[in-house]
Amino acid sequence: MAASVINTYADPSMPEWLSAPHSTGTSIMACEFNGGVVIGADSRTTTGAYIANRVTDKLTRITDHIYCCRSGSAADTQAMADIVTYHLNFHKMELGEEPLVQTAAAIFRELCYNYRDSLVAGILVAGWDKKKGGQIYSVPIGGMVQRQAVSIGGSGSSYVYGYVDANFKPNMSKEEAVKFVTNTLTLAMLRDGSSGGVVRLGVITESGVQRSVVLGDQLPKFYEG
Amino acid sequence: MSSIGTGYDLSASQFSPDGRVFQVEYAAKAVENSGTVIGLRGKDGVVFAVEKLVTSKLYEPGANKRIFHVDEHVGMAVAGLISDARQIVETARSEASNYRSQYGIPVPLKYLNERVSMYMHAYTLYSAVRPYGCSVVMGTWTEHDGPQMYMLDPSGVAFSYFGCAVGKAKQAAKTEIEKLKLADLTVKDLVKEAARIIYLVHDELKDKQFELELSWVSAATRGRHEMVPRSVAQDAESTARQALADIDDSDADDM
Amino acid sequence: MAFMGDIMNPAPLWQNGPSPGAFYNFPGNSSTFGPGNHSAQEFRAHSANPITTTTTVIGLKFDKGIVIAADTLGSYGSLARFRDCPRVMKVNDLILLGSGGDYADFQYLKDIIEQKIIDEKCVGDGLLLKPRSLYCWLTRVLYNKRSKMDPLWNNYIVAGIQDGEPFLGAVDKLGTAYEDAAIATGLGAYMATPLLREAVDKGNLDEETAKALVRKCMEVLFYRDARAFQRYQLGVVTAEGVVIDDVAEIKHDWTLAHMIHMK
Repeated sequence: MAASVINTYADPSMPEWLSAPHSTGTSIMACEFNGGVVIGADSRTTTGAYIANRVTDKLTRITDHIYCCRSGSAADTQAMADIVTYHLNFHKMELGEEPLVQTAAAIFRELCYNYRDSLVAGILVAGWDKKKGGQIYSVPIGGMVQRQAVSIGGSGSSYVYGYVDANFKPNMSKEEAVKFVTNTLTLAMLRDGSSGGVVRLGVITESGVQRSVVLGDQLPKFYEG
Repeated sequence: MSSIGTGYDLSASQFSPDGRVFQVEYAAKAVENSGTVIGLRGKDGVVFAVEKLVTSKLYEPGANKRIFHVDEHVGMAVAGLISDARQIVETARSEASNYRSQYGIPVPLKYLNERVSMYMHAYTLYSAVRPYGCSVVMGTWTEHDGPQMYMLDPSGVAFSYFGCAVGKAKQAAKTEIEKLKLADLTVKDLVKEAARIIYLVHDELKDKQFELELSWVSAATRGRHEMVPRSVAQDAESTARQALADIDDSDADDM
Repeated sequence: MAFMGDIMNPAPLWQNGPSPGAFYNFPGNSSTFGPGNHSAQEFRAHSANPITTTTTVIGLKFDKGIVIAADTLGSYGSLARFRDCPRVMKVNDLILLGSGGDYADFQYLKDIIEQKIIDEKCVGDGLLLKPRSLYCWLTRVLYNKRSKMDPLWNNYIVAGIQDGEPFLGAVDKLGTAYEDAAIATGLGAYMATPLLREAVDKGNLDEETAKALVRKCMEVLFYRDARAFQRYQLGVVTAEGVVIDDVAEIKHDWTLAHMIHMK
């Protein structure tokens, strides 16, 4: 997650905000289990190398049963989450029932695709609905959408693809899935300078969401030699 | 009609002193003159049957259809002024298409019905327009929600039905439909019943020629709305004719 | 979502707000930050964009139809990120479509084509879109997009039956199009086309031979294309209709490694 500092006056012919790459320093994850999904994220927001916020919550509510994990520009993804929240709220009233996770993903995708040259956003849409139960949709930068049983995102994710592939099992219990997500994110945070802080978690099931946090000094221990 | 005219029936934007909107009632009359349309919702799908009156022998067979596809999974059977109905079909199609492109999934029938109802209702509010002279029946089947069916009036009112009938012989058709155990019947059975009912309620003296249109959307068609295949339709039609002949025979015996 | 415009022409993002860096954009102000003043930069920003990409698609004509194959990997740079990206689609009973390149662009176009097919079914006259028509339509869509400096970053292979005869054509992201008896895009253009053309030139290709050859090409590409994957889709279109097989897996052979003497 990057909060960007703009220096418009440095060079008027080529403003810094046009050329500066948005960094996507984040580790986010979502994982299906037998009764729903577990979502998780680190808590670091950076401006360059400076940590603007060390206890960020990157898991954002869309509806009672749908959350998104945000990576990329904090401003872009917050704005997108607000837009999708508004749409789904309206949609929920029109429909008279809880919106589907797929619907949320479709709206995120639409925004991501139509404005792909302006937005820097990599989003995991995760939630539970009565049609298909726990689901995760990955909406990466180009504006595609793909359902996945487990998905990771943000810069930290590149360091843990192997760990996820080696340790993911379909139909885990809730406890197994929470442990798996916590471990993965911890490993990502250890190797990615742009990720860190605490692990924020959410467990989404038929009965709604259960939020929790694992503090930075209580994270699982791994080889640090 | 108790008080024809008296000036309050010229505009849809004015009530009569006893609280009626005559233009809407006249639109309903237009529907009552139409060939009978029935919709049956069974345990695994929905069947539509239309008695399409053929007013001239010069028409090609199959002209002026009254059953339409709205989307892959939604069918619509219409009664009343065909040109009005076609515009409703177009509205429904664009609603369904918009929903698909925005939300990436097929439109739920409940939602589609609300949108189309709203559209029809808007035409009962203004002096510059007249209400639609048609009623439509929409049906679908989905894995998750099973069969669903709605019938929509010119007034913009719509209800969900197990079985419905509209048009000339709607009373007779409804009486027949009420005899069916709809919740136990599959679309295969319902096609036969639907054909039989249309043949039964058809008035040979007043309307000589008619074509039977049949369509269904069910588990067997994997949730797709399709015209009933010719062989199945012909089968249903000949069974219907036979049933009608049997009734005539037994009537003759009674005498 | 009316605020986003229609599907072909999305509204600009934040069209009524101040342009970034120009908070005092009064009329007549010749600020260098106004949106109309750095169009060259916008053009550049606007067209550099394949993100999640897929690699080769192969199409091969045989006596009674066409076979098409493509693997299911969605790459994110060199990261093999999505392993289940199907990109051989059945358009109708006459047409198979394969795509390579940006997967988001493919999904976008796929939705539009699927709606075209629904619209066609709604007409209910029993007529079907023919491969040449889709091929031509694709050239128009792709050429229009590239002319707006915002191309759909894809290669498409259209395969089908046109009036009883097999049809095979390709369209690229610029709208350039050609027909051939054997087509492969991406790295496949270098490594698969020679193998395919050899077989085509010999003539008398039947369905089984064509399928076997395409499978062989997928194997070669798996060995030599760093963006290729062992799982792929294979589809066949003939006068009987369209069949897309379940995702197949390449059996690799590494015995070659023994020929290298390890010292």
